[in-house]
Amino acid sequence: VDLQAKLAILADAAKYDASCASSGGVRRDSTQGRGLGSNEGTGICHSYAPDGRCISLLKILLTNYCRYDCLYCVNRASSNVPRARFGIDEVVRLTLDFYRRNCIEGLFLSSGIIRSPDYTMEQVVEVARRLREEHDFRGYIHLKTIPDAAPELLQRAGRYADRLSINIELPTEQGLAQLAPEKDVAAIRRSMARLRVHIDDAKEEAAQAQARPVVSLPQARPARARPASFAAAGQSTQMIVGADATDDATILSTSAQLYGAYRLKRVYYSAFSPIPDASAALPLKAPPLVREHRLYQADWLMRFYGFAADEIASPHAGGMLRLEVDPKLAWALAHPERFPVDLNRAPRELLLRVPGLGVKAVDRLLLARRVRRLRSDDLQRLHVPLRKVLPFVVLPDHRPARSSEPLRLAASPRVAQQAALF
Amino acid sequence: MLVRLAHETDLAGFRREARALLARRVPPDRVSWSAGPCNDDLFADEAAPEAEVPESGVTVPTGFLELCHTVALHSEPQRFALLYRLLWRLVHEPALRHDPLDADMMQARQMAQAVQRDMHKMHAFVRFRQVPDGAATDPLHVAWFEPDHHIVEANAPWFRRRFANMRWAILTPRAASNGTGASCTSAPARVARMRRRPMPARRCGSRTTRASSTRRG
Repeated sequence: VDLQAKLAILADAAKYDASCASSGGVRRDSTQGRGLGSNEGTGICHSYAPDGRCISLLKILLTNYCRYDCLYCVNRASSNVPRARFGIDEVVRLTLDFYRRNCIEGLFLSSGIIRSPDYTMEQVVEVARRLREEHDFRGYIHLKTIPDAAPELLQRAGRYADRLSINIELPTEQGLAQLAPEKDVAAIRRSMARLRVHIDDAKEEAAQAQARPVVSLPQARPARARPASFAAAGQSTQMIVGADATDDATILSTSAQLYGAYRLKRVYYSAFSPIPDASAALPLKAPPLVREHRLYQADWLMRFYGFAADEIASPHAGGMLRLEVDPKLAWALAHPERFPVDLNRAPRELLLRVPGLGVKAVDRLLLARRVRRLRSDDLQRLHVPLRKVLPFVVLPDHRPARSSEPLRLAASPRVAQQAALF
Repeated sequence: MLVRLAHETDLAGFRREARALLARRVPPDRVSWSAGPCNDDLFADEAAPEAEVPESGVTVPTGFLELCHTVALHSEPQRFALLYRLLWRLVHEPALRHDPLDADMMQARQMAQAVQRDMHKMHAFVRFRQVPDGAATDPLHVAWFEPDHHIVEANAPWFRRRFANMRWAILTPRAASNGTGASCTSAPARVARMRRRPMPARRCGSRTTRASSTRRG
């Protein structure tokens, strides 16, 4: 099989991995080195996968041969997809070549499990090592780690990668036992905890090194080795949504727990997509993609807007997010007693709960109202969706009509639906 | 009164002139600005002969200077007029510096945003293709890009940092930047030569799209 064909197979096999951010990490560039690459927070974008995702990393599997038989996975042992395997140097060469043409921000490398978890992890780490040490590559590297691999290997992976991730796969333990019997929740969580310790330690060391005063002879340049970084962009995970019957409330509480316990940077939600020749244990239909979207919105509410998981979707109210309105609007409609909010007086926490106001808009409003009273044309200039915001706020020149407006908003959701052909 | 700046993104010149105008208390509606060769106002008076101006000691918030750096790269002809108006108002209306929702301020910020978007597009969409370069052993990486604003020079350092040890050149309709050495030189002659030969921008992109389809968006 030639390289082109392998690339086609192994890039396609990696498309189910949703994580493709390349932000965070240590700022660096190649001006003082012999290789190439930089990591400064901005960079290339907009290489699109056929399903519409925008990917800035060369996202490939080292191999799609796999010993495991996880029912939801297209690369499971019993699947009949064409298989291929990259050599380590092939991946290194591909990465450098794409990077030189400014087509990628870096490498996302995952792999099916061959021989043993340790053997596979070694191969993955070796790619990163060659890129970093032999080619002085300073771009972004994201490695998918294998939870059953030896802790030393995880530690080595963290030395070379900007971000590490371990897939939690399914939101519940029962789901995992049912669909991916070879995977072990305990091992996954143990590895996440280990990574967290390493990441925290490296941060601590860096902070201490920063704080210690430089002692040096006069005239001598204060030079001190920087402590080694460990996955400076943190760790993330991915969860498949809709492969089992788990409701949104459970998914969000699992996420909240992951964010809290392992300080993850991101939890990615991936709407289950029916794979060719799927197992009979799986649902035939994909969940609506908008469900994935609502989960991401809810995730943002938890991380940046001060919402708790059970406020957004509680098991008492059916446990599912509403698909026709976004979770923040849904919360506001369910809590009419908290509105309208006086934009000139309300504290930040309350402003963040107003539908249509984002974090930046809220911060601007807070700044502006220190010098004068806010009026409705201020909102207009902020470019916030007035139709959404106005029913929930009070301004000197605006008072919402009593209760009718929000109800109308809720009653007439404009859902665009594609017409069916048959 | 007409104030002429040396080139399209002459922020240093703008600061010098603006300081002088402020010291002479010339209100913004009496000044028109011209940057570059050909967009003079037909009805403007020539500037008064320059007198030595003492340092006026005008202070502005640090954020404003950053804003000026970005807005100066915009292709809007009135950008320097807007900046001088803001500067004038910052000096004469102290409350302006605390008001993030002022109309002039919002306009400047939107222009800065447009420039930043353009800069990001350049980071994002420049795709290099390798061309053999005579006797040189390592190939030259060439890309074609058409920016909306005057961002090429401001963006060159980013490419220099990323591709420090690579030979590259980015050609645009207005300027070229290259990273062959430590310095970045504009080479208009070379751009003209490249443009005479047909070098469609699309082909640069399509070479790179084998792994995953790339498109402009």
